Amino acid sequence: MARTPRAQQAAKGQVVEEKLHTISILVENRFGAFNRITGLFAAKGYNIESSTVGPTEDEEISRVTIVTRGEDQVIEQITKQLNKLIDTIKVIDLTNESYVERELVLLKVQTTAETRSEIMQIAEIFRAKVVDISPKTLTLEGTGSAQKVDAFIKMMKPFVIKEMARTGRVALKREFHGEV
Amino acid sequence: MTRQKAAAGTEITGSEIFVRSLIAEGVDVLFGYPGGSIIGIYDVLHDLSHIKHIRTRHEQAATHAAEGYAKATGKPGVVLVTSGPGATNAVTGICDALLDSIPIVVFSGQVSLHLIGNDAFQEADIVNITRPITKHNYLVRNVEELAATIKEAFYIATTGRPGPVLVDMPKDMMMQKTIFHYPESAFRRGYNPTTEGHIKQVQKAAEMMNAAKRPVLYVGGGVIQSNASLELKAVAEKLQAPVTMTLQGLGAFPESNKLSLGMLGMHGTWYANMAVHHSDLLVAIGARFDDRVTGKVEAFAPEAKIIHIDIDPAAISKNVVVDLPIVGDVKTVLSKVIPLLEKRNPAEWLKTIDGWKKEHPLRYHRTAILTAQEVIQELSNATQGNAIVITDVGQHQMWTAQFYKYLYPRTNITSGGLGTMGFSLPAAIGVAAGRQDLPVISISGDGGFQMNMQEMGTILEYNLPIKIFIINNGFLGMVRQWQDLFWKKRYSAVEMKNPDFVKLAEAYGCPAVRVSSREQVGPAIKAALAHKGAYFIEFAVAMEDNVYPMIPAGQSVDEMMELPAELPTPSSTVVKG
Repeated sequence: MARTPRAQQAAKGQVVEEKLHTISILVENRFGAFNRITGLFAAKGYNIESSTVGPTEDEEISRVTIVTRGEDQVIEQITKQLNKLIDTIKVIDLTNESYVERELVLLKVQTTAETRSEIMQIAEIFRAKVVDISPKTLTLEGTGSAQKVDAFIKMMKPFVIKEMARTGRVALKREFHGEV
Repeated sequence: MTRQKAAAGTEITGSEIFVRSLIAEGVDVLFGYPGGSIIGIYDVLHDLSHIKHIRTRHEQAATHAAEGYAKATGKPGVVLVTSGPGATNAVTGICDALLDSIPIVVFSGQVSLHLIGNDAFQEADIVNITRPITKHNYLVRNVEELAATIKEAFYIATTGRPGPVLVDMPKDMMMQKTIFHYPESAFRRGYNPTTEGHIKQVQKAAEMMNAAKRPVLYVGGGVIQSNASLELKAVAEKLQAPVTMTLQGLGAFPESNKLSLGMLGMHGTWYANMAVHHSDLLVAIGARFDDRVTGKVEAFAPEAKIIHIDIDPAAISKNVVVDLPIVGDVKTVLSKVIPLLEKRNPAEWLKTIDGWKKEHPLRYHRTAILTAQEVIQELSNATQGNAIVITDVGQHQMWTAQFYKYLYPRTNITSGGLGTMGFSLPAAIGVAAGRQDLPVISISGDGGFQMNMQEMGTILEYNLPIKIFIINNGFLGMVRQWQDLFWKKRYSAVEMKNPDFVKLAEAYGCPAVRVSSREQVGPAIKAALAHKGAYFIEFAVAMEDNVYPMIPAGQSVDEMMELPAELPTPSSTVVKG
């Protein structure tokens, strides 16, 4: 009989593979609450691909969004352990839900008189904004899904990215499950 | 105006609020050690008789004492330590309490708020240090929050799956004044333990139990924490299901009952492990499938459906996937199960198990030299379960688990999850402080005793009537056993050059004897039990003896090693447990 969580998954014919999960955690706005969450990931050996923390509509509550990679069983343990933290109010694994996600990137791209307009055209395709300009650089702000941000960065790479700052993911569950 | 009678509306200091909060919480014993940052609290304690303060010789001992108190009484143990080294010394006991789910509340002093982060004298960031080893912890920055934080700390430590909570209190905050108000209750939005047990799950569990042909109840410390021994007995007797216990579970079900299989796992009985292996239904109650219980998980209870009753949702399907989880308080859930159970009689199954018990009982070799096992057997005979036995960690701990017949809950106290050597002596201090109805017996090996033997001073200072037994084999016996069995007998750093333990005990003013022959064992134990105060016995036992049965780490029952057939000496005999 399949006793380990992994063996049992395999026995059910489920593929045991690591997937990216976006986990949204509502926590009480208390001293050390975010630290407890990241500490839990470190102590249990779970990896964090990205994490964000910020205020919500309720001033007593913060939302932590963590992107992590793991097998279903590991993710289940993670959500249970997160729920176990006293500061945690709610844990939602958005991965199997319909949700919207955004990341933001700031790119300082090297420019010359020749490349500047091409860079701005590409930026426009990604609906990125120019937020700073100097004779030799353009700083662009791009937002979107992780995929879109990845693609934007990829398109800018040939122009030489001098500096980059990228946020972690923020995400919310969709209310309507049809087309949005 | 005395401090106790401060009129409502009068502002009092944080130190006074702290002490009055403990009184309001019903705390009667405090285990602590004074120091610079909590000197104000000690000043308040100085003229109070409400709380008995036991000053240990080391802060680690204070935490173990609190654990012993909590396990023996069911009430939370309370610790007070100073900042820096006081707090860091408490860390081992805090971690021990986390792993064995023991409700303790540790109050640590902290340097003044403006000095935090400055590497000030006796500063340690104890909130960060203890974050992963507490159920929850706090730094109190404002005296207005102190009373509510203390209330919440006790609430969290004692509800749900119990555990240690730490409250860090800066020195200047404790000198600030405010009006004292102790809240009636505590509430946290994200903390609401499930205690009831889902009724549909309970019904399914009862159906599975009623249908089982080869059931086994596998019970852990959760049964004792939940005070559910009577409910467990009712379930076992209705189903006529055999009961095996984890190290922490011993005492939950009387070993005198014919349904008892004793302990399971690495050093469990042969028949308990076989019963689990061949069962068709394993009901895990307040137990967590520790690796010392399961061995190789893939081969654990291969024929069984598993029901798991536990207060902690995160314990479910963590190590072993279960067929039916019930999250809830053990006592509550079992109370709901009992009326749904039919009277069963798995006669075939019980007959098979009886056969195993006869063919493969607990056994040991009796040689010319005294053995630890017979000391434990003598103790078991002398007390008939009417004692609280606190063990340390290692061979003597396993032999006690095997050969001491526990009959009652809260009479078995030991460090299981963390396996903290040095636990027994200080834990016994807490037991003796909380329980005067039964003899308190601390058993340690020669190694573990020396990890906290300074607590002899505390025991004698407070006249605690603890019977201190040392099983002295001159080795760190369990490590030696592993080196013997798995490391080609290369005994590395396990031999102990010991002091004269009897003289040592006598130096503290404790009556002490050394026992090295089996004729002396019974009379010495009787003398110890008859003596009013603390009493020390060193049992000099065979140096190289192994604990059997043994399932090597990570293996299955197929690899279970029994007592070797070959006698250690020609004159040796085999004695049954």
